Amino acid sequence: MADQLNKVFIEVEVDAQVANDPAIAAKLEEVCPVDIFKNAGGQVEIVDANVDECVLCKLCLEAAPAGAVHVRKLYDGTEL
Amino acid sequence: MRFFEFEARKIVELAGIPVTKYGFCTTPEEARAVAAEIGGPVVIKSQVLTGGRMKAGGVKFADTPEEAAEHAAAILQLEINGHMPRGVLVDPKAEVKQEYYAGVVWDGTAKRPLMLFSDMGGIDIEEVARTHPDHVGRGHVSNLFPIPDFEAKQAIAATGVSGSQLNRATPILARLARLFRENDMTLAEINPLAELTDGSFVALDAHMEMENEAVGRQKRLLRGELGIAEDDDREPYEHSKFEEAVAAIDAADHRGVIQGKDHGFTGNLGLVIGAGGGSLTLTDAVRNQGGKPANYSEIGGNPSVAKACGLAKEVLEKDGVEKIAVMMSIVSNTRVDIVARGVIKACLELGKDPGETIAIFRIPGAWEDEGEKILAKYGVEYCDRSVSMWEAAGRAVAKIQGAPA
Repeated sequence: MADQLNKVFIEVEVDAQVANDPAIAAKLEEVCPVDIFKNAGGQVEIVDANVDECVLCKLCLEAAPAGAVHVRKLYDGTEL
Repeated sequence: MRFFEFEARKIVELAGIPVTKYGFCTTPEEARAVAAEIGGPVVIKSQVLTGGRMKAGGVKFADTPEEAAEHAAAILQLEINGHMPRGVLVDPKAEVKQEYYAGVVWDGTAKRPLMLFSDMGGIDIEEVARTHPDHVGRGHVSNLFPIPDFEAKQAIAATGVSGSQLNRATPILARLARLFRENDMTLAEINPLAELTDGSFVALDAHMEMENEAVGRQKRLLRGELGIAEDDDREPYEHSKFEEAVAAIDAADHRGVIQGKDHGFTGNLGLVIGAGGGSLTLTDAVRNQGGKPANYSEIGGNPSVAKACGLAKEVLEKDGVEKIAVMMSIVSNTRVDIVARGVIKACLELGKDPGETIAIFRIPGAWEDEGEKILAKYGVEYCDRSVSMWEAAGRAVAKIQGAPA
């Protein structure tokens, strides 16, 4: 079986100033329906293998301070 | 799900329908003991999930327990149409006065179970219906309300059966209809239903099939009463690597549903298809336009990207597959963009160009605009609902045959 490719369609980024916030890390892990965010000891960790599962629900954008989470659609270059 | 005769006999018995004193055996010694217990002539029947037992030598008569053991030993080694028997059924050779047919089938048009009865049993009911239609009585029963005996009586009386025969056959057909509904059967058949020389009625042979989707909720019957193992899916052939791989991908992820079958498929066009009967329609549409499917599949229930990708990869990795056609009826909960991501990812992970590999992508419905954007980036033709399933299948066939699409 060929290697799995990640982040082919979607790219997710969390600004450094909130990525270390335990409350945000917990919230992002809780809201994402496809487990893109992991609360790694109070830090936000992006689970690369799940990024392409993003359903564009915007729950992560609402869970974090405005502009702190970026979800980009690589196939058309737009950002949520 | 199909049942062996000995299991069907048990189901019939559990429903309160009289059966002969039979025994299921897996060794000649057991057959000898059962024959001795029955006493008198017996019949030994191979327990295989295929027809043509009698012609293949899988049904033999014995007058003594020793003869029964000898026949059982031979039948247990006898392969019939590629099937080795699960065991043998030892049954008394009944003194039959007349054979009848009693059956219940699912009427897909009426959406209700249909009782069938004939006073010409022991032969195919289809044959009787064709040659002697006046000897087949019919009657629908409710999906919801209790099934009264009189409805069965009407169906039987329509064949001209009357008197004590009518009175004795009526509860049998009514019970058969009840067991059909209660056990989620798609077919419940007693053929022959025998009237013995003493006037009693017994089921001499039974054939049952259960709706596959009902297996989960019929555990009491399947595991409890019949002792059927959970992994005993009764497929008439061994699963291919493709089928096993698709089943494993499906089981590993709760999101959505995928199925893949390739038994008997040897074509070059892989199919990633589904939605509301779409799989069967699309497979037929491909075949009827000269295409050669490499597999059958079903995808739906809003699968994850990984699951759609997994199915597409397995299809693409099958020997002889040149392109895949991704086609569904109209989807509502399954997202077009998620399936698009999955099949494109499958191509990329296998080092294939999606634009060349995906002959057509025809999935109209939820999130189709987003799906179209993804496909456009990778040069894959997207078809919405303005392209019929027939036309989409035709375009896929044309592409794989090298004709201008």
